[in-house]
Amino acid sequence: MLFEVTIDGRNYRLKLDRNDGRWRCHLDGREFEVDAILVRPDVLSLRVGNTAYEVKSERVAGDLYLWVGGTRFGAEVRDPRSLRGRTRAGEDHGAKKIVAPMPGKVVRLLVRDGDEVELGSGVAVVEAMKMQNEIKSPKKGTVRKILKSEGEAVNAGDVLAIVE
Amino acid sequence: MFKKILIANRGEIAVRVLRACHEMGIAAVVVYSDVDRAALHVRKADEAYPLGAAAASESYLNIGKILDVARRSGADAIHPGYGFLSENAKFAQACRDAGVKFIGPTAAAMDAMGSKTRARQAMEKAGVPFVPGTSRGVESFEEAEQVAARIGYPVMLKAAAGGGGKGMRLVHGPAQLKSSLEAARSEAQSSFGDDEVYIEKAIINPRHIEMQVLADEHGHTVYLGERECSLQRRHQKVLEEAPSPIVDAEMRRRMGEVAVRVARAADYTNAGTVEFLVDQQKNFYFLEMNTRLQVEHPVTELVAGLDLVHLQIGIAAGEKLPCTQEDVRLRGHAIECRIYAEDPDNNYFPSPGEITLLLEPSGPGIRQDSGMYEGWKVPLDYDPLLAKLIGYGTDREQAISRLRRALSEYFVGGIKTNLSLFRRILGDADFLSAKLDTGFLDRMLKRTEDKSVDSRPAEVAAIAAGVFAALGATVPGAGNGGGNSGLPADKVTSNWTSASRREALR
Repeated sequence: MLFEVTIDGRNYRLKLDRNDGRWRCHLDGREFEVDAILVRPDVLSLRVGNTAYEVKSERVAGDLYLWVGGTRFGAEVRDPRSLRGRTRAGEDHGAKKIVAPMPGKVVRLLVRDGDEVELGSGVAVVEAMKMQNEIKSPKKGTVRKILKSEGEAVNAGDVLAIVE
Repeated sequence: MFKKILIANRGEIAVRVLRACHEMGIAAVVVYSDVDRAALHVRKADEAYPLGAAAASESYLNIGKILDVARRSGADAIHPGYGFLSENAKFAQACRDAGVKFIGPTAAAMDAMGSKTRARQAMEKAGVPFVPGTSRGVESFEEAEQVAARIGYPVMLKAAAGGGGKGMRLVHGPAQLKSSLEAARSEAQSSFGDDEVYIEKAIINPRHIEMQVLADEHGHTVYLGERECSLQRRHQKVLEEAPSPIVDAEMRRRMGEVAVRVARAADYTNAGTVEFLVDQQKNFYFLEMNTRLQVEHPVTELVAGLDLVHLQIGIAAGEKLPCTQEDVRLRGHAIECRIYAEDPDNNYFPSPGEITLLLEPSGPGIRQDSGMYEGWKVPLDYDPLLAKLIGYGTDREQAISRLRRALSEYFVGGIKTNLSLFRRILGDADFLSAKLDTGFLDRMLKRTEDKSVDSRPAEVAAIAAGVFAALGATVPGAGNGGGNSGLPADKVTSNWTSASRREALR
């Protein structure tokens, strides 16, 4: 089996062949002997040579993460035969969306359309789990649009404002 | 002894109290809001009663509804936990009027201590050392300006009814005073329904050390040693330990005696905590008294060898303290990590959602007080504390090494938690040499983390990604189509298929 794997932005070419109960593994041309047991859903006990690892798989909002020890890696696995070359939508040049990082309620807006903002200055205050959190501008610029009003409930990922 | 106790709380503390009830042969009645039907405390209860909507005012803060449950269930006592109604004197009084024992101090003692400003007035009379400031709320911005100028910047604004860091602001100079005062007032009003705010001189980078006291209803009061609570973020405690690395036997005795004097001045009964700020010269100042069981009580339980919830229940039932001050012996060292549902990579924003995978640590010297389980959805309506991980050892070094080992076993998937923060703290050179103060965490977080340059874990992740995909345990092409069903592909396959896959791997 052939996979293209991306781990934290780095691409690997991985070939896995089942071999007498184990896996013969070629990672970017280097060969490893791998023994793997799915000990429970999302948890893989892995031996690479004789070194043992427990790898956890986690899916958050559609993104896949793999944990090796306490380190989290963003992961993508593609089957090259499916030729599905997907690219991530590029960031709008200049304009940055300010999104609610979690569900909550907008308790205060700190800027108006057309205001100049500095990098790191407050744009809105969102309350969730009894904590008021100031959402800060990711760049210096001008507030082009405010999309939420005070008192409005927001979901994670909702755009609160656009700074250009 | 009581036959049935109503627990007026949720989360890990409701489970903690429920366990004590069961250990003592007492039936546990719990209450829950609409979003907590599947919460762990409901699963473990003997009786469970719905309160209504998620909003705290409709549920865990609703005195009428809770007393109604007490009546219907026939509970003879109520344990309030911490937060919610635990420090509400009206609630304590209402329990008394309804003929249900409130497990905690009397309404009068709470009244004396519950408002930070009134506590200060009472304690000044008892000769307790204080930080300079106002002993009553400020009426106006002008008054605040005058007070701040008199005691000198920086000053701290604090909600009189406050706790947990809400309604608190540090003000460095006159220019910030107005906006900070408004913010503190608004937060105090929304959190506590009371916008009274007072001013104190801010002691920069103090240690925050608190003393546990226990008083029975027969006039006996003891102190059970201190807890070092200097590791805070936004005035919220993150990690606590007992004993404090800087407190020796003599300082412990002096702080303990002041704490007992504070408790006696208020005719205090049951468990309580006297908080002190300690400056760099080890002078300590009375900060406030918390008239409840603290989140961090387990570290004291471990070093004192006592169960504070058992003792609280015993005291409320009229029993005498089982020990005198001379009997109290502290042994070993304990450290608690507060595991919050929050995202360390995103400024520690709360991170509610479903826990898809939970691997919990165990082994020597490890205690976990948790309110979560795998498959549970963390609601966004309440405080994000999920669990407390407590490490105990012969000394501080061993407690730290056990916690580090436990953290390497701990995994919470599906939501973000601050577990990585503790891995960092427990490896930090200043932490290891116990150079702690309330500015420690902010300073540590400003430094960029040393990321390992070892490529091996990434390669292991790459291999694992392929193996997961080959096993059909993970859908190839993360992020495509269908959004988030919340179900890993493996969970929709039958047990037969997974079993055969597992076999095939051998």
